[in-house]
Amino acid sequence: MNYGLLFGAIAFWIAAWATNEWLVRQKFKDRSANSVVRLAVPLLFGVSILVLWEGLVRGFNVPTVLLPPPSMIWTRLINSLPTLWADFQQTFLKAVITGYALGCSLGFLVAIAIDRSPFLQKGLLPLGNFVSALPVIGVAPIMVMWFGFDWQSKVAVVVIMTFFPMLVNTVSGLSAASSMERDLMHTYAASWFQTLVKLRLPAAWPFIFNALKINSTLALIGAIVAEFFGTPIVGMGFRISTEVGRMNVDMVWAEIAVAAVAGSVFYGIVALIERAVTFWHPSVRNARTA
Amino acid sequence: MEKPNIFKDRIMPVGVILLAVLVIWYVAVVFLNAPYERDTAARAGTEITFSEILPKTMFQQRPVLPAPHQVIAEIWDTTFNKPITSKRSLVYHAWITLSATLLGFGIGTVLGILLAVGIVHNRAMDRSLMPWVIASQTIPILAIAPMIIVVLNAIGISGLLPKALISTYLSFFPIVVGMVKGLRSPEQIQLDLMHTYYASPAQTFWKLRWPSSMPYLFASLKVAIAISLVGAIVGELPTGAVSGLGARLLAGSYYGQTVQIWSALFMAAALAATLVIIVGFAHTAVLKRMGMKP
Repeated sequence: MNYGLLFGAIAFWIAAWATNEWLVRQKFKDRSANSVVRLAVPLLFGVSILVLWEGLVRGFNVPTVLLPPPSMIWTRLINSLPTLWADFQQTFLKAVITGYALGCSLGFLVAIAIDRSPFLQKGLLPLGNFVSALPVIGVAPIMVMWFGFDWQSKVAVVVIMTFFPMLVNTVSGLSAASSMERDLMHTYAASWFQTLVKLRLPAAWPFIFNALKINSTLALIGAIVAEFFGTPIVGMGFRISTEVGRMNVDMVWAEIAVAAVAGSVFYGIVALIERAVTFWHPSVRNARTA
Repeated sequence: MEKPNIFKDRIMPVGVILLAVLVIWYVAVVFLNAPYERDTAARAGTEITFSEILPKTMFQQRPVLPAPHQVIAEIWDTTFNKPITSKRSLVYHAWITLSATLLGFGIGTVLGILLAVGIVHNRAMDRSLMPWVIASQTIPILAIAPMIIVVLNAIGISGLLPKALISTYLSFFPIVVGMVKGLRSPEQIQLDLMHTYYASPAQTFWKLRWPSSMPYLFASLKVAIAISLVGAIVGELPTGAVSGLGARLLAGSYYGQTVQIWSALFMAAALAATLVIIVGFAHTAVLKRMGMKP
């Protein structure tokens, strides 16, 4: 046991926590200083967690099979970039992006298609809500059986997983415009299509983006878990399950780090587009002025 | 106002859609399973007509897509005709998964509520933890499921707990986010009233914040229980676990037992639906007790 590292890490953590306690109590006159603090506090917390992790693992001599220290994961990440890139390409660029685009647009189109039939809406909405609560991921073995081991089967899983949230959210978004606004469009003699494009779709954007954000996470999960059921010898899910079997836990963590970054960036891009499209929405306006 | 008609607005549309799904399923069964019958006939050197194929596609041993009645028969058979302790009983597997789900859900709920209370009462925790809690939602957490299982196995913890931990991890975040929102939902005017009553922080918490967070808590509980079931099922995949619904799915996919996969899938769906409905009932009961309108 290495007491120096242990106490060093704990001391750093306590110091970081105290700094954070102090920082959140400060009020700066300057607005930019405030936003810097707003960013610095969580960052400092994240760094202190990493330091604590490193210190505890090294201090207690935890076997690396159990939990490798962050520095080891980082070295592994840098050293096996080609493998990680190949996995990223297979899982993210091929399966996730294709499936996400297909599933979301399909859900959107079906929602528009059933827009004029209240009967279909009443039938499909409860079912869509129901399916959203189900462990849809279970269809993965069936899709692997139907579409083969390669990325096509993962696309199918992702499409099924993303379809229902999109359908449900779009349908409820399309009914978000109030009857007053609709009556106004009616007095303008606007056709169904004009009302849709000029009033109801813009009013539905927050709902649609909500589904897009939920789906960005679901798509990545779907693709990775589907790979547990069989893949060619490349892919993030494949790498995770085989390296776990070979006890190369640092490689698994490296893969998870890649997945985490990919997932966050994906989500961030969707959120940025949302800000640009729904600039009028209260939640976006408040975030800007605050 | 027109009176809401449950039959016209609810049962009939849903029923018609379900019927349509069933019809499409049967048609798909015929078309997906027909090539196999044609191959068999061609190998035997005989011609086979469509009217001969049709009934055969409904009763294949290992169909590409099993017919609904085959799935139902399998579920019935493995649920009621096998002793519950037997490894062939679906109830046994469902129970294994359910116990992991509930344990994980319980731990996750308690931890999530505790963390939310901390976040609401401590500004430093709020500023430093909350961004990470939100960011963690964008991360494909399920990917670490196999590692948790294997690593805990390596240090001698196996069985229920590792799976429950995955469920905990998944159900934890929606509860933290929902509870923070809920505990902050009392308005300033209400907090001021508590202040004029000279209420201590504990009294404010139990008499104002806690009750007003209940609707938010139950909304996140519904999400959390569904996702814990997913966690438990995925937790059974990577290690080649021998029991549980996830193991049934994996074994079915290894041996091409499509009927088994579909019946496990339906069982998981029924389990998820039951759990969500139970949480829903608890929700209305608690709100009624508190004199709120659901």
